[in-house]
Amino acid sequence: MAKEKKNKNVDEIKDRKITWKEIKRQKALLIISFFMLVYGIVFYYLPLAGWLMAFQKYKPKLGIFGSKFVGLENFKFLFMNKSVAFWPVVRNTFFMGLLNLVTQTVMAVLFAILLNEIKANVIKKPIQTISYLPHFLSWIIVTGILHDALSNSGIVNELLIKFGITDRVIDFFAHPEYFWGIVAFAHCWKETGWNAIIYLAAITAIDPCLYEAASIDGAGRLQKIKYITLPGIKPTFMILLLINIGNLLNAGFEVQYLLGNGLVKKVSDTIDIFVLKWGISQNDFSLGTAAGIFKSVISITLILIFNNIAKRNGDERLF
Amino acid sequence: MRKHKHYTAESIIFDIFIAIFMLAFIIITVYPVINTIAISFNDGTDAVRGGIHLWPRKFSMRNFKTVLKMEDLLVGAKNSVLRTVLATLSSLFACALLAFVLSRKRFLFKRGFSLFWVITMYVNGGMIPTFVLYKSLGLTNSFWVYVVPGMVSAWNMLVLRTYMHGLPDSLEESAQLDGAGYWTVFTKIISPLCKPVYATIALFVAVYQWNSWFDSMLYNRLADEHTTLQYELMKLLSSVMQQSTSAEAAKNSAATVTPVTIRAAATVVTMLPIICLYPFLQRYFVTGLTIGGVKE
Repeated sequence: MAKEKKNKNVDEIKDRKITWKEIKRQKALLIISFFMLVYGIVFYYLPLAGWLMAFQKYKPKLGIFGSKFVGLENFKFLFMNKSVAFWPVVRNTFFMGLLNLVTQTVMAVLFAILLNEIKANVIKKPIQTISYLPHFLSWIIVTGILHDALSNSGIVNELLIKFGITDRVIDFFAHPEYFWGIVAFAHCWKETGWNAIIYLAAITAIDPCLYEAASIDGAGRLQKIKYITLPGIKPTFMILLLINIGNLLNAGFEVQYLLGNGLVKKVSDTIDIFVLKWGISQNDFSLGTAAGIFKSVISITLILIFNNIAKRNGDERLF
Repeated sequence: MRKHKHYTAESIIFDIFIAIFMLAFIIITVYPVINTIAISFNDGTDAVRGGIHLWPRKFSMRNFKTVLKMEDLLVGAKNSVLRTVLATLSSLFACALLAFVLSRKRFLFKRGFSLFWVITMYVNGGMIPTFVLYKSLGLTNSFWVYVVPGMVSAWNMLVLRTYMHGLPDSLEESAQLDGAGYWTVFTKIISPLCKPVYATIALFVAVYQWNSWFDSMLYNRLADEHTTLQYELMKLLSSVMQQSTSAEAAKNSAATVTPVTIRAAATVVTMLPIICLYPFLQRYFVTGLTIGGVKE
């Protein structure tokens, strides 16, 4: 008992020695873990074996064990062949991801700081409640609503004409130059309130004494935000940045797929859409897998790099 | 000179800025939703003229009547409800059980097995290998593809584990002194204490399940009997986006419903459960997001 009390912090306990007595004691735990292990291997680790398809000329009839190995040929085809148009797709995914990340973060921080400046709960609470409602609507609904708003007879065109900003309706979905902006806006519309929750929690955790001391020293509200609030949410900001950069390439599917059309395809197609088109629609499993592996490798590299940078700067990190 | 912070020029301008910002924010968030609801209650041919904003101009229930007669949509709604219920229950049970095992400090493979699950958060096979696997497991053209693959999720498990770590060890120890096995500890002692976090995770899974559409498209495109409400809505929306008239709408209408109003009505039907439940459940979502900070 005394020994266990000393090891109160669960994370510090090293794995115990495996003895028959202990195994018998925790039989229930071991049986559950066995089934969980099998489940995990089948649904999370077995798909990794499918990566072999990227190095084969995969034929569904022959399967992974029967198909012919072709080395790096699929990757060569993916990277070198201009008609496949893989690099523009990588560019789209990366820059759209980056644009979304920047606009979403700016909006969430701005919203959280401004909301925190409202002291009356009667006003603050309803605003916050409304702000994260869109997070719970599906992308199908959000893109549908957005499509309506931006359509030729939609509210945006109506307002633009009313205020004389344009004299003709703009067909937003027919011009490639608007697409990235529309995608970024869609993300902000859906997620700003939700993303702000965590920043609001961070702001609440800042010691109120700091604000009082600053007031006594004659600091204005903007100065307090600049010198107390912003540094206060920096650790949260850093850890979210890390998580999101790792997910940069993963975040390019639903909106782009749902809002994209033939006219803007050049700027709207992302890696995931590429995989879907080549892998599922064209049945070229090998090429689709190769593109998927490329995405995974870049993602993991990004996570490791940024985790390392954060570690060196002494900030919070992921693992 | 007394200088209260609320009366400086800077402060007043700042307040005005906040007021304008928040007003714009709320209008931009709420307007499109209300607009869709207004259109869904409006007469079809009248709606094509445009100019409907916050209230229907020519009230009509015909859109909803038409939508609720669409065969595919009804099958989809049934499947959506079924998958949401089944997947939520099974996923909550599986994640809680795994979290329970991994939060036992005596558990022999605590470190290694935790790592096994953490890795799954960062490395995955990708769309095609997953598709091939599900196909060979017989999960394509099957309802179970909605329930089985996502049952254990490392993210949800970690949230639950963090919460369980926060519970005092003495609870387990004293129960075991009284002769309780691990199963009893899980069902009778840990689970009742975890009710708030269980609610949070259940809601996360439920919303995810209700809003999913891509799995229906990828794995059950050829099996109409396993379609979901979101996927049917997507088909409806994309057919209108391409400016073609929806076949069902043309079939069922006497020119008083149009694709625009049909689509609005289908959207409202799909988001109805979320909008209705949201005010009651939103506090659980917020707790879930900040639960990482829970400490003993």
